[in-house]
Amino acid sequence: MRKIRVVIAKPGLDGHDRGAKVIARALRDAGMEVIYTGLRQTPEQIASAALQEDADVIGLSILSGAHNHVAPRLMELLARHGLDDVLVLIGGIIPDVDIPNLKAIGVKGIFLPGTTMQEIIDFIEKNVRERVGSP
Amino acid sequence: MKAVAETDKQRWQRETLDPALKKSPERAAAFTTISGWPIDRLYTAEDVEGIDYARDIGHPGEFPYTRGIHPSGYRGKLWTMRQFAGFGTPEDTNARYKALLHAGGTGLSVAFDLPTLMGRDPDHELSLGEVGKCGVNVTSLADMETLFDGISLADITTSMTINSPAAMIFAMYLVVAEQQGADWQTLSGTIQNDILKEFIAQKEYIFPPRPSMRIITDIFAFCAASAPQWNTISVSGYHIREAGATAAQELAFTLRDGFEYVRWGVDAGLDVDRFVPRMSFFFNAHSDFFEEIAKYRAARRIWARAMREGFGAKSDRSWKLRFHSQTAGVSLTAQQPYNNVVRTALQALSAVLGGTNSLHANSLDEALALPTTEAARLALRTQQIIAFESGVTGVVDPLGGSYFVEKLTSDMEDAALDYFDRIDAMGGMVEAIERGFPQQEIAESSYRFQQAVERNERIVVAVNDFVEAHEPPIEILYIDESASETQLAKLHRLKKTRDAAAVDRALDRLRTAARSTANVMPPILDAVRAYATIGEMCDVLRDVFGEYEEVPVI
Repeated sequence: MRKIRVVIAKPGLDGHDRGAKVIARALRDAGMEVIYTGLRQTPEQIASAALQEDADVIGLSILSGAHNHVAPRLMELLARHGLDDVLVLIGGIIPDVDIPNLKAIGVKGIFLPGTTMQEIIDFIEKNVRERVGSP
Repeated sequence: MKAVAETDKQRWQRETLDPALKKSPERAAAFTTISGWPIDRLYTAEDVEGIDYARDIGHPGEFPYTRGIHPSGYRGKLWTMRQFAGFGTPEDTNARYKALLHAGGTGLSVAFDLPTLMGRDPDHELSLGEVGKCGVNVTSLADMETLFDGISLADITTSMTINSPAAMIFAMYLVVAEQQGADWQTLSGTIQNDILKEFIAQKEYIFPPRPSMRIITDIFAFCAASAPQWNTISVSGYHIREAGATAAQELAFTLRDGFEYVRWGVDAGLDVDRFVPRMSFFFNAHSDFFEEIAKYRAARRIWARAMREGFGAKSDRSWKLRFHSQTAGVSLTAQQPYNNVVRTALQALSAVLGGTNSLHANSLDEALALPTTEAARLALRTQQIIAFESGVTGVVDPLGGSYFVEKLTSDMEDAALDYFDRIDAMGGMVEAIERGFPQQEIAESSYRFQQAVERNERIVVAVNDFVEAHEPPIEILYIDESASETQLAKLHRLKKTRDAAAVDRALDRLRTAARSTANVMPPILDAVRAYATIGEMCDVLRDVFGEYEEVPVI
């Protein structure tokens, strides 16, 4: 069976990459193919990485408050490239009031501080399978 | 017949401990610090036999300063209560500073937003969505004037967390001080200016390592002549620890960074005793109480020995390691956030018992957002309760002589020396960073810790145990896009009203200096006076020095 392919990206100017790296490693150890883009990726670069890597999942690590700018732009670009079916997740510090809007534009999972690596692995396995299995 | 005489500790184990363990075993097979450092159940005089009081510990105010740099500890002067703050526009942050000073804060500490930290103006593509979010936005001298409006820079010390564009921000501060009539010769404060830990941990770098080190030595030289009371660098373990390092790694990488700066200063022709006394340090105050105290005590001892014996410093001011500390942001939980007040109080107490010279206590809401005014005040009150109610400030180094603390202090020192050997073998810290060595060590530690939490080998209260199903939300500070709009409008106005030809001339002089070996501070000061923006000044240096891109390691 094809491995689940995940692009982990760190958009915006922030360099605090502890979370992104821990998650990248945990997903790899869980048997997924992980591509870590490194720091300061624009939505354009992330969408292009997802396209080139044939990603099933994009995981964004955002702690700086830039999610309201980054997420809508990325979702728009994914739609333009025909990548609407890629599972988009955000991990980081996201104020509660911003969550409904992020969900509304198609971000499927939002993981806040205290989330375990296992919860994220489970979420990806469940939701990617559903996506692959649906017509 | 016994081959070796039994020690008293072994006798105690046989006669007293073992029978007790048979009846009630210990909770775990082994105990370790939060860093994974193994600890024994009991420390006695036998554990400190190799430690010589005069050689390794010494009285307070005497070499090697293990017990502190001040002979009277906190009986004379308390630590500086310096709460890190900044958000939104300079106007917003100026109001917060006035509130903190009104509440009894004794120093200021500026948190800049990401565009400022990365040397980008608010109208740059990469700044979108980031202006004023993680700190205050400062684009030009005009913003610095607003930030300190009504605050006398001659009468207060200010610490500024700024690294890649430290020269530009420092120049803005100096010009505001000049406008207020303050004398640079007596002006005091700190710029973080520690680029090595940016490459290692926090990743807010702009230029490659070598030109970055050159800017830093230019600042050392400039300050030695023109701002001799200014702390030119705050060599920081804080971010290294937050990125996942153990206490020993934080200690080792930070001090090794410190040696690297000294080496570069010496190689640039500076006299050790002219610039080393103005170097300061910044450590994390993490959750493992005694390990932290041992770390601070070991840091002073290592630095004193390295400066006197390694670098031949003659002045005791070069030997004395002064440090700021901040409680561990990474230890705060979004769950049951009021618990963070307790965590922070214990961490702050460890910094005080370790002899910190300055302290920031985190706010309870920092796993969720930047702190509200009320949360920031409570964090300051935490410091004041330790200072004025706990009684720990009445005695100098009250834990000195504790078998455990002295042993752990020596163990910390040994662990750091071991890392120094490994880094020296690579050619130095710049070379080690280029090879990704400290980055990889930290990533390993951080993954190990996360695994330990997920296996419930480490309990984080309210995260993997003692969890509440329903928690009422707390009020947080929400920063909207209005700061960005305000800063963009100000920038457009500035560009229309300033003397554009003067800006161009100043930027050209900066370019010329950067290409030569001339000190970059004087042309940066001229550019700041002409209201050149941080993005414009950094772009000149980007052109000359290039930009750094790391090879990501996971």
